[in-house]
Amino acid sequence: MKYVDEFRDGSLARNIAANIAREATAATGYRLMEFCGGHTHAISRYGIADLLPPSVRMVHGPGCPVCVLPIGRVDQAVCLAREHGVILCTYADTMRVPCSDNLTLMRAKADGADVRMVYSTQDALKIARDNPGRQVVFFAIGFETTTPPTAVAVKQAGSEGVNNFSILCNHVLTPSAMHAILAAEAGVALDGFVGPAHVSTVIGSEPYEPFADDYGKPVVIAGFEPLDVMQAILMLVRQINDGRAQVENEFTRAVTREGNSKAQALVAECFTLRDSFEWRGLGTVPHSALKLRSEFAEFDAELRFGVDYVAVPDHKACECAAILRGEKLPQECRIFGTACTPATPVGSCMVSSEGACAAHYSYGRFREAAG
Amino acid sequence: MCLAIPARVDELTGAGNALVNLGGMRKEISLALVEDVAVGDYVIVHVGYALQKLDQEEAERTLAMFAQMSEIDDLSAMNDPPNTPAS
Amino acid sequence: MSGNKQDHMRGLDLKRGRVEMSHGAGGRAMAQLIAGMFTAAFDNSYLATGNDGALLPRADGRLVMSCDSHVVSPLFFAGGDIGCLSVHGTINDVAMMGAKPLYLSASFILEEGFPLADLKRIVESMAGAARAAGVPIVTGDTKVVEQGKGDGVFITTTGVGVARDGVSLSGDLARPGDAILLSGPIGDHGMAVLSQRENLTFDAPIMSDTAALHGLVETMLDSGVKLRVLRDPTRGGLAATLNEVATQSGVGMMLQESAIPVNRPVEAACEFLGLDPLYVANEGKLIAICEPRDAQRLLYVMRAHPLARDAAVIGEVREDAHGFVQMVTRLGGRRIVDWLAGEQLPRIC
Repeated sequence: MKYVDEFRDGSLARNIAANIAREATAATGYRLMEFCGGHTHAISRYGIADLLPPSVRMVHGPGCPVCVLPIGRVDQAVCLAREHGVILCTYADTMRVPCSDNLTLMRAKADGADVRMVYSTQDALKIARDNPGRQVVFFAIGFETTTPPTAVAVKQAGSEGVNNFSILCNHVLTPSAMHAILAAEAGVALDGFVGPAHVSTVIGSEPYEPFADDYGKPVVIAGFEPLDVMQAILMLVRQINDGRAQVENEFTRAVTREGNSKAQALVAECFTLRDSFEWRGLGTVPHSALKLRSEFAEFDAELRFGVDYVAVPDHKACECAAILRGEKLPQECRIFGTACTPATPVGSCMVSSEGACAAHYSYGRFREAAG
Repeated sequence: MCLAIPARVDELTGAGNALVNLGGMRKEISLALVEDVAVGDYVIVHVGYALQKLDQEEAERTLAMFAQMSEIDDLSAMNDPPNTPAS
Repeated sequence: MSGNKQDHMRGLDLKRGRVEMSHGAGGRAMAQLIAGMFTAAFDNSYLATGNDGALLPRADGRLVMSCDSHVVSPLFFAGGDIGCLSVHGTINDVAMMGAKPLYLSASFILEEGFPLADLKRIVESMAGAARAAGVPIVTGDTKVVEQGKGDGVFITTTGVGVARDGVSLSGDLARPGDAILLSGPIGDHGMAVLSQRENLTFDAPIMSDTAALHGLVETMLDSGVKLRVLRDPTRGGLAATLNEVATQSGVGMMLQESAIPVNRPVEAACEFLGLDPLYVANEGKLIAICEPRDAQRLLYVMRAHPLARDAAVIGEVREDAHGFVQMVTRLGGRRIVDWLAGEQLPRIC
């Protein structure tokens, strides 16, 4: 696969690893957060930690939109499917998220609710067109990468008059989450950020500049492949060594400073900022999420069906909040690997395969066991 | 929520879609979020949409960067690292 | 015999007919279906007697029996169908025990309304697979359930075979230091089925690898190599099978990602859907665990067989109190290949 295989080459990985080992000489070490869940997954799946010197430590951030989805929001989706009898269309990632009453969308489906996994918002629109007598709700989750596809579908529904279609909007914003981490009082010491790959193709590199300027932390936007992540780590090490705090772009093949203005315009046309939104693990964050503009209000499932958001607290033993902020490691949570496993997830970090806990459990827990 | 893959545009189909090819696998996706896409271009595909065109020259440049050996003893390299945006 | 065949066939409208409740009721309609459809296709002296059971010759050795149900959807896919799958699957289960498969039984649960033309296609595929494998279907059963209570057709096959003297294969026999061999590329069957379900198309379509492996197993046993474990990685993929064996044997494993063969289109389809080929089902592959000094000889023997041309040594068994199946990634890092909780779902993240 062109532009994929070359970016996974073992000998190039060893070269970059050698470079990092040579240059990561600061006595205080380097604590780097990879924000994006896709990067967390890549790091675990390829065992990149084994290729880094001990002075470089990766801290997993909250960039997993499934992980930060509060229980109450999944409850809304389940309620629409079970009590309002809609066809609930969702990406596969949400199917196993545990919510209230020991339910998941998967279990609701087994119980007879019409929950359908789709690959694209176009599939959901098609289901709406094919079933004019039924209400079809699309469970819209994701950061800025996934929001433009939802915008396209909403606009299309409007222009085509697909009136039985609506969305349950849970789109969230990356810079807000990064801000919440950096501004947190407990403040975990971070030396730099590996910026998200595909979010950045949409929003561009410019939105990260305030973080570099205001907090004095370097940000390097990394592509999706393991070599991209490793090169970005090297670039961060160099910035830290030099005392620089700039936004650099490793993913130049897909990210520009401005990003995708067509996609941004579409999103701006359909969505507006919510005053505040609750994030699992981060609490309530202002101006961190989107809702449909009043012109598109008819496609807002929360309004159409009158389903309110009811906050549900996390399990008492759950350490997801600290883990999402990078303050604790998965293995430092009391219930990691015992009560909380990918098969029986208690907290959000274990639910999605990109969550820090799930990634560590699935790919990396042999590291503690060996000790 | 980042899973996206680079795929080659094999064919422009009707209604703003394209047939893309990844390692011999073909799927029809939407071009609603991009402009000026031609057959032979590579695009980043996410949940059934092309998000951005892949700059093939930059891809080659990035690969070349991976292969560079850092010269920690080279003072000029330390003072002027590659890929630094103008301050 | 052929005259009777014509009488029975006249009652069945194979072009436009559908399965009816009467076909499972034990009366004339059912007899017509059995004779016209099954007996005709499977064509052997055991079925021809028309008895409820098959009287089989004395067995010359220890008996092995295995059973498998097949509920695949869609019923027809590139490279196979539920019919040949049900024959291959059970033949393989018997073969993995180090036994020569001798006889099969086939039981069908048919949904009312299922097209007879499709049933005929399936039955003929089974007959062809059984003939090619040299393992006859000697007895069977048919039931019909009301429309909506079944997914077209479910097939259960049971196989009986005789174990080779002196051969003892079991999942708890793997020992630290043993070599792990894989007979060929993984993920083809699962991705062939999923591609059809998801309407993915390919330049070169992914074909299911469904195949009867007893010939390959016989060649491997004939080689004189002392095999410890044989298993076919079906549902749950290579990862599930290796974890099962590791648990049964109380050992760990270390695999080399770069040594595990995956066909190009399978890799691409998995990449696109966010799936890992290690967890995708196979229906024509096996893993073999043997002593390290026999690994190269076994590899040579396997590669000489048409069903294992791309066989490879993919790793080794090691001491590990935790029983982790670990893997050196293509980048040189390490990860575990964990046992999946449930079915792998396509990722978008």
